[in-house]
Formats: sequence, C-alpha cells, structure tokens
Amino acid sequence: MSAKTEQEPSPETSKDERVAASWRLPLTLKGVARYRLGLTGGCLVAFFILFSFLGPMVYQSNQNNVDTLNALLEPSSEHLLGTDAQGFDVLGRLMQGGQISLQIGFFAALIATVTGTLYGAAAGLIGGKTDAVMMRFVDILMAIPFLFVALIVSTRFNPSVLSLSIVLGLFSWLVPARLVRSEVLSLRTRDYVSAARSMGAGKWRLVLTHLIPNALGVVIVNITFQVADTILAVATLGFLGFGLSYPETDWGGQLSSGVNYLLSGYWWLIYPVGLCLVGLVLAFNLVGEALRDVVDKRRTV
Amino acid sequence: MVRYIVKRLGTSLIVVIGISIVVFVLLHFMAGAPGRSVLGPTASADAVAAFNREHGFDQPLVVQYLSYVSEVLRGNLGQSFKLNQSVSDLLSDNAGRSAMLSLAALVLAVIIAIPLGTYQATKRNSASDTALTGVTFLLYASPQFFIALLAIEIFSIKLGIFPSQASQSNSPFVIFTDPVAMALPVLTLAASNIAVFARYQRSSTLDQLGQDYIKVARAKGVSERGIIRNHLVRNSSLPLITLIGVSVPSLLAGNLIVESVFNYPGLGLLFINSLQREDYPVLLAYTLIGGVLTVLGTLIADVVLAAADPRIKLS
Repeated sequence: MSAKTEQEPSPETSKDERVAASWRLPLTLKGVARYRLGLTGGCLVAFFILFSFLGPMVYQSNQNNVDTLNALLEPSSEHLLGTDAQGFDVLGRLMQGGQISLQIGFFAALIATVTGTLYGAAAGLIGGKTDAVMMRFVDILMAIPFLFVALIVSTRFNPSVLSLSIVLGLFSWLVPARLVRSEVLSLRTRDYVSAARSMGAGKWRLVLTHLIPNALGVVIVNITFQVADTILAVATLGFLGFGLSYPETDWGGQLSSGVNYLLSGYWWLIYPVGLCLVGLVLAFNLVGEALRDVVDKRRTV
Repeated sequence: MVRYIVKRLGTSLIVVIGISIVVFVLLHFMAGAPGRSVLGPTASADAVAAFNREHGFDQPLVVQYLSYVSEVLRGNLGQSFKLNQSVSDLLSDNAGRSAMLSLAALVLAVIIAIPLGTYQATKRNSASDTALTGVTFLLYASPQFFIALLAIEIFSIKLGIFPSQASQSNSPFVIFTDPVAMALPVLTLAASNIAVFARYQRSSTLDQLGQDYIKVARAKGVSERGIIRNHLVRNSSLPLITLIGVSVPSLLAGNLIVESVFNYPGLGLLFINSLQREDYPVLLAYTLIGGVLTVLGTLIADVVLAAADPRIKLS
C-alpha cells in the first residue's frame, strides 16, 4: 500500500521535507508567481552580495579604529545609518557583517554538500549492512541538538570565518547525505546505470559520472536552504555572544550590542541589521522554493 | 502494534547509546580533564594531577565513559565543579519551568496553526491566502531573537502591555500564576512554530482536498463547513503529529534563545550561563538530555501516528 507516501508528506524530518516534498500546486498563475518570487529572491541575493563585497569600495568608512568621540551618532549625511557604541559607521559595519555571513554560509554549505554527497552516494551504492550502519550513524548525529554542540565547540575554538564554517559545515552534511542516498537508491536500478555497470564501469566512476550528476537537483535545492540555515545559525551564535570577536563582526553580534540601546530609541542599531538578516535568509529561502519546484517538475515528467 | 513499538524502542535505544558516545567523546576533547580549570591557573601541576586522579579523569576514555554511563543510569549526572552542586539537582531545579514554557508555546502554536493552515488551504490562491503565506514565510525567515526584540519593542516599550522580562518566580506553573509576565516569551517561542506548522498544515490540507472521500461527502450534500470540521481537519492534522515530534530540537534551541533574551530561569538560561562558566559537566548532561528528548519525540510521534492512522503499514 503506497497510499501513505502519496497522501501525506512522509514522516521524515521537517528539513528533508522542505527539500523533498512536492507541494502539488497547479502550474497556473501560482506557478508564475512562484517563478517571480524565486527571481525576486535571486535579485535580493545578488543585491546583498554586491552590497557586502562592492559596497565598501563605494561607501568608505573607518572600520578599523574605535572612535568614541563619534559614538552613537544619529544618521546624518556623513554617517548614513549613524554610528554604534564604538563609533563605527553602522552602514559600513553592515557590509562587513554581510561579507562574513555570506562567506560562512557558502563555505559551510560547500563543506556540508561535498561531505554529505559523497557519504550518501557511498552508502546508497554499497548498500546492505554497511549502508545500514552508515545511515544509523546519520540518525545518531541528527538527534544531537546542533545548536548546543556548536555553542560548546565555540567555547574552545576562537570563532573565525574558517572555524565557524567548518563547525557549521560538519554538522549540516546529514541532510544532503540522506537526500543523495535516497536519490542514489532510486537511480541505481535505472537502465542507464545497469548499462554502465555491465560495460564494466567501476563503482566510483558510476557515482561520479552517473549518480551524482543526476542527484544534483535535490543537492542544489538543499544548498540554498543550507546557506539560509547557516546564516541564521551564525547570527544566533553571535547574538548569544559566541560569534566572531573584534575587529571582525557579524550581524548577530551587532544586533545583540544594539539591544542595550533599545530603550534609548537608537533604532539604527537594531532595525537595519535585523532587516538585513531577515532579508538575506528570506532571499535564499525564496530561491530554494523556486528551485525545488523546477526540480520536482523535472521529476514528474 | 506491540511488535512495532518494541522494534522502534530497540532502534531508539541504539541511537541513544550512539548519542551518548558521540557527545561524551566530543565533550571530552572540548573540556579535557577538569583539574586545571577547577583548581585555577596558580595550582601546582602535582595538585592538578592529584585532583584528576582522585576523580578518575586520568583513566582511559572508555573507562571514563562506562563509569559515567553507570552513574547516569543510577540518576547521577555528575558534579558541577564550578557551582559545587550536583548536575541532577541543577537540571531538575530548572526543568519544570522550561518544560512548561515549551509546552505552552507548542499548544499555542498548534491551536493557531491548524485553523490558519486549513483556512489558507480552503481559500487557496485567494488574496488572504497569499498574504498569510507571506506572513508565515517572513516569520519563518526571522531569527527568534529578532522576533523577541520586535515583541519587546512593540508590546513592552511602545504599548506597555507586557513586561520585557519574564517572571523570575521559582514555580514551574508561573505561566498560570503570572501570565502577563510570561506572555512575550510564550508568544515569541510560539511564533516561529506557527510559521512552520501553518505552512505544513496548508499543504497537507491541500493534499486531502483532492481525495475521493471529500468528493463523496460533497456529493452526499454535507456542507462545506461540515466537510472541514468532520472530515478534513482530522485527516489533514495527522501529519502534524510527526512534525511536532521532530520539532523537539528546534524547541530546545528556541528555549535557549527565548530564555536568554527574556532572562527566564530555565534550562536554556542555565546552558548559556554554563557556557560562560565553561561548566562542562552541565553542558554534557543537558546536551545528552536534549538528544534523548529528540529521540523520544520522534518515537512518540511515530507510535501515535501509527495508532491514529490505520492506513500506515507497520513494517
């Protein structure tokens, strides 16, 4: 009875579902709207990349030295978004924080995707007991509260772009591993794979040239969600006080130092950075949703 | 059914054992032997070595793990050297308050999300559905601490309805005795879950709407309202059971953030404070408990779903 999988989203984790479940929307106006939303998301992502990496060339500000004489200034023509408690220009600080968020987001997603893809492909292809053990290991890691571990690790390693990327990446490969494994399991019985095998293709050749490229759709969809999740995780670490340390800065840390001035009404220390954070995460989620529709459509054909 | 439960219990047990090994080893490499951090930087190397020997921290890792597990099974979660208090006492002092906070937020999220998602699905692609989808999407992308800050700004600073700090009472039932002071923490924690649950409920209702039994009900002349109330909600809410079961980790993470923003003395705040104190025995114990709760959440959800949905084949 396959009714279960057809009638209900399957009882996997919510993240798997975000990636794998199809929403069965009619391909009418809604489809166009989705496409538009995806495009909007893509434009937003591009905007944030330009803002963070090219912005500092256009809008130059002192981000190296504390300047207490010019601390907590209101927005003016000189400082478009005012200055923070250390006298740093807030707009320039936002650009720096954006660089960090994007770098860690992409780098962690890269680590997670490469690790997860290889692991999942190996498990799916080897099959049998090895597969069972490998996937049980994924179950185990999946059940460990990820934020807790990231926080604990950050007490020992001085957080930097590299260390945070590695920590966050090494705890996010589980979802791509599951996705790729199930893709490989469904692909390996296909005719073209048997054909390649009968022609004497080795296991790794099969994985690299046939299985991974065909599983790429779900992997790419997952990357966009992964980047969004990583940016949120970095911000959460920063907000809780376990993010990057001076002179580096991240959006979570900026927001948490702005909190002290909530009562004073210094809105420029809270809302710009909050909106950047929500905007960037939203942008990646929109792109992910749109890409998933594309991948699903290809599948149903 | 019994066989299914026994089998699920068995696999869960294996996963729990795995979690304990991974977390223990990880914390071992993070914390090292606690002698130096307990006795301070001025203590002599001999004193540190003596302390570690006395507490068994010089034993091989396997021995330390086995003795930790045998202590945990007897209900002893270790000793917080920083606070000179047993970890079990520390955790049980705070567990009730965190549990009530999570439970209240979870119940609130479900009560709001089911009607919301059902409404959206029955009015799909209408202006109100699109607007609500936008709102849930926005909520979903917002970090919980930002939602908390907005809530404080609006409800506490601008409107002055709710205080910006949670109740500091020791009672776990403070949600009932002082609901005004607990409103913002519960609302914040519920908000992110509402977004996730409502989106899920919407898509699962859409799936159900296309089913034959709905058409049959319509053909019988059941009113639209009757269909929604008697047929649709019951079936479309079933998948939500699973979602609630797997949302334990996000609830735990949410507790961490919400308790820290609103200064609510629960397990989350204890965890944050223990991080700052580098109080590893507490961190180890709570991470383990978090892992066990996660496994339990999935297990209970699977069993409840299997009991509630006769279509599920127990294999």
